[in-house]
Amino acid sequence: MIADIRKIAVWVEETHSEIGKSISPPTRKAVAVAVIKNPFAGAYTEDLTPLMDIGAELGGLLGHKCVAALGITPAQAESYGKAAMVGEGGELEHAAALLHPKMGAPLRIAVEKGAALVPSSKKMGGPGQVLDVPLGHKDAAYVRSHFDGIEVRMNDAPRAGEILVAIAVTDSGRPLPRVGGLAHAEAEGKDGLR
Amino acid sequence: MPEVKIRKIITSIEEIFHEGGPRANTPLMRGYVMAVIENPYAGSYVEDIQPFMEDLKPLGLEMAQKLLAALGVEARQVEGYGKGAIIGTAGELEHGALWHAPGGYAMRDVLGGAKAIVPSTKKVGAAGVRLDVPVTHVDASYVRSHFDSVEVGLNDSPRSNEMAVILVMTTGARVHNRAGGLDAKDIKGEDGLR
Repeated sequence: MIADIRKIAVWVEETHSEIGKSISPPTRKAVAVAVIKNPFAGAYTEDLTPLMDIGAELGGLLGHKCVAALGITPAQAESYGKAAMVGEGGELEHAAALLHPKMGAPLRIAVEKGAALVPSSKKMGGPGQVLDVPLGHKDAAYVRSHFDGIEVRMNDAPRAGEILVAIAVTDSGRPLPRVGGLAHAEAEGKDGLR
Repeated sequence: MPEVKIRKIITSIEEIFHEGGPRANTPLMRGYVMAVIENPYAGSYVEDIQPFMEDLKPLGLEMAQKLLAALGVEARQVEGYGKGAIIGTAGELEHGALWHAPGGYAMRDVLGGAKAIVPSTKKVGAAGVRLDVPVTHVDASYVRSHFDSVEVGLNDSPRSNEMAVILVMTTGARVHNRAGGLDAKDIKGEDGLR
């Protein structure tokens, strides 16, 4: 383990009904969070390679945590997303180094396939601040029923010298999708879009 | 008799490896389960609310079992617990008090007869409100190392006609506990206090 992890949190949200309509089986979203030490807090560093390697490590670790928490096989994962919030001692580019160069490949192993771009968000922030993790279908980005998001928030993170890294995985789309567009069952999942 | 109408269930597990001090050999785990349910008494004053307490008992048991399963530990490894309720704005604080008996007995049942009172808190709040649920040792309330709390909440809950009921379990002392007092290994575990 390269990352200095202070905490890991895993959250599963099940929706059993919405606006009076029963959802059966319930739709489920999982999000796994790691609070890590930011090795580059406090001063500008040109080469961010170590953060890219940490990103790879966390892509696998947090992806597996989500799949395990949902109690599904990797193939049953339907959508995913990722996000990072950098404590005040760091810079936004640190989030980019974690999320973009190397996180995707190990995450895709954890959820099997994953032809589509992993939607992402990033920001600077402090303890108690909300981070919204975007969600999109893992194999076909245009599947409209799976555009969603999930909020994470930890009262004690990220501290100034930390980064909060989140990966979300679902086994379903929104609870009551009815705005049309490409459906999960119709997706080919070859080009990552349709 | 009103039935329990569940809209959402959240399960959250936090693993704490360190907080700036020595890394724990076994990370402390803090978990909670929160059910967002319809408040059958929202909207107007109802004198006799106790029937709903009976209805909540099966839900309490189901939640305690779910939380223990999510922690992935044996019942005897759960060392701290707590409970709480958030009542949506069309309800009243007293509705939250209905959770005391079903929540407490459910955890004692699942944990095999814990001795100490289950610490609790409750409040009326709008969607997104946070509740700090107190935690104390399961067999001896005075164990100082196990005084803790877990922050819970969900962005869309509780709606005005809902209430959220919460159970919390932890697997040990605060990660860097060193404030003295009664130690867990010195308890008698007879009166629930020491």
